[in-house]
Amino acid sequence: MVEIHKFISDVTGLFQLVDVLHFIIPQAGVGGGVEAKEHVALLPLIKYTLLFLAGVGTVFGIALAITAKKFAVKIDPRVEKVLDNLAHAHCGACGFAGCEQYAEAVIHHADVPPNLCTPGGAKTAEAVAAITGKKAVTREPNYARIICKGGWSKAAKKFRYEGVRDCRAAMLAGGGDKACVYGCLGYGTCSRVCPFGAITMTEDHLPHVDIKKCTGCRKCEAACPRHVIKVLPASRQVLVTCNSKDKGVETKKNCQVGCIGCGICVKVCPFEAPSLANNLSIINIDKCKVCGLCVTKCPTGAISDFIPSRQKAFIKDNCIGCRICTKVCPVNAPSGELKKMHSIDQTRCIGCGICTAKCPVSAIDGTFNASAILSEAAKKKVKAA
Amino acid sequence: MSTDFTKLFELIVAASLINNFVFTRFLGLCIFFGVSRRMETAVGMSITFTSVMMISAALSWLIFQYVMVPLDITFLKIIVFIGIVAGFVQASDTVMRKVSPGLYHKLGIYLALISTNCIILAVPLINAGEHYSFIESLAFAFGSGLGFALALIIMASIREKIELADVPAPFKGTPIAFIVTGLIALAFAGFSGLIKL
Repeated sequence: MVEIHKFISDVTGLFQLVDVLHFIIPQAGVGGGVEAKEHVALLPLIKYTLLFLAGVGTVFGIALAITAKKFAVKIDPRVEKVLDNLAHAHCGACGFAGCEQYAEAVIHHADVPPNLCTPGGAKTAEAVAAITGKKAVTREPNYARIICKGGWSKAAKKFRYEGVRDCRAAMLAGGGDKACVYGCLGYGTCSRVCPFGAITMTEDHLPHVDIKKCTGCRKCEAACPRHVIKVLPASRQVLVTCNSKDKGVETKKNCQVGCIGCGICVKVCPFEAPSLANNLSIINIDKCKVCGLCVTKCPTGAISDFIPSRQKAFIKDNCIGCRICTKVCPVNAPSGELKKMHSIDQTRCIGCGICTAKCPVSAIDGTFNASAILSEAAKKKVKAA
Repeated sequence: MSTDFTKLFELIVAASLINNFVFTRFLGLCIFFGVSRRMETAVGMSITFTSVMMISAALSWLIFQYVMVPLDITFLKIIVFIGIVAGFVQASDTVMRKVSPGLYHKLGIYLALISTNCIILAVPLINAGEHYSFIESLAFAFGSGLGFALALIIMASIREKIELADVPAPFKGTPIAFIVTGLIALAFAGFSGLIKL
C-alpha cells in the first residue's frame, strides 16, 4: 500500500516538474505559412477553435439544408419501379441516352410506348405497361444479321496481317487484310462487344449470331468497323448477305460467295422484291415474302435463308380443288384437276410457304408458316361460330 | 491591379507542367487511374475538376485569410479546407440537379469523386503556405486543373490504344497503366528547374 502511494506521488511530482502544457498539447500555429510563436495564448486559442468549428459547421449545415429544400427535385417513385424492371444493358436500343432517361420518359410523357426496351423483351414490356397504365403491344424482336459470308476459306486476302486480333486494329493496317473492302474481317470484335454472349466466331472466322440470345441492342452494329452487321426485324429471314459494291468480275476474284450483280434474283422473284444498285442486289423488306426462291437460284450463294429448316408442303384432305395453289407456286409443284384433290410434287417444292398462305380453306400444311396460318384460321372459325 | 501578369503566367505553367500534380507530385492518383480509361470520362472529369478546384480555392482562401489568420487558428486548415470542399461539392450537386439536369447527367457522377481527390486539398494548402494573393491562388488552381486535364487526356489516349495491344497477361489493365504513368512522369521530369517555384 505504501509503495503504491509512493509511486503515485513520484509520478505526479514528475509531472509537476515538467511544463505539461508545452509537451502534451502540441504547439499551435507553427508551420505552413504562419511563423512559430514564443508563447501561445492557450485559452483564447481553444475558445476561438471551438467557436470557429461550431460556427462553420452550423453555417454549412444550414446552407446545405436550405439548398436541399429549395432545389429539391421530386422523383416519382414509379420511376424507381420502372427502373427495376428494365434490362439495364445500357445499349440505347430504346432510343434514349440511358435506362434512367427511358424510365423518366415513359412515366412523364404519354406518347412514349412501354415496349421500347428490346433486351427486356415481352416481360419488361408488360411490367412497364402495368406500372404506367399504358398498353403493351408486343413488338417484333430485332436480330443482328451478319451481311457477309466470306469466311477465310471463301474470300481472298491482300496480305498477311500479324497484328492485334481485333477488327478495329486490323482496319488501321491498310484498311484490313481482306481483298474485298466491304467484307467481314473475322477477328471477332463483335463477339467481344456483345453483352449477352450471342455472337461466336466459327472455324471459318465468320461471326455467328445465336438468335435465342440476341436482343437487338445494336452494340455489335456500332462496333463493327466494316459496318457488316445490320439489326433487322426477326421476320426478315431472307437477305442478301453481301455488301460488295465492286463489279461482278472483281467480286468473283475476291470472294466465292459474293454478290456479282447478275440480276437473276430480280428476274426470278414472284414479288419483285430484289433490286440491283451499285452491282449489289438488295431485297426490299416490305415486298419480300420470305419464300426463299432467290436463295436457290443465286449462282454464287450470296443470298442467305435464315429460316432454320424449310419443310415441304403437303395437301390435307379438305382440299376443294380450287387450283389457287397451282397459280401462286413459283416452282409449279402442286398439280391436280379442278374440283379434285391436289397434290404437291415433293421434289419440286422448296418450302416457300406461299401456297399455305393463299389456300382459302387452309388445306396445306408442312411449311414453316403452316402452324401460324392454321392457328389463325382456327381462331377465325371459333369467332364465326 | 498590382499583380504582375508574368507572375500569374509563371504560376499557371508551374502548376500545370513543371510541378504537374499527377506526374511530379504524385497526387490524385486513384481518380487518375479510375477515370483515364476512356476519353469521354477523362474530358468530363477534367472540366468538372477545374471548375470545382477554382471555386474551392477561392472559398478556402477567403476563409483562411479573413477568419483563420486573424483568430490565429491556422493549424485547423486541413480539416477546414476538406470541410469547405465537401460542403461545396454537396451544394453544387443539389443545385445542378435542379438547375440543369442535362449537365447533371453528363458530369454529375464526377462531382462525388472529386471530393476524394488529394489535389483538392493540396492546392488550398499550398496557397496558404506560400502566402499567395487571391488572384494568384485562382491562377494556381486553374493551373492545377489544366495540369490534371493534361495528365488525364494523355493517359486516356494511351490507354485506349493499349486496350487493343498485346499486353502480357499479368500486366493487363492497371499494372500496365502504372508503368506507363511512371514513364510519362519520367518524361515530365525533363521540365523540372524551368521555373523555380
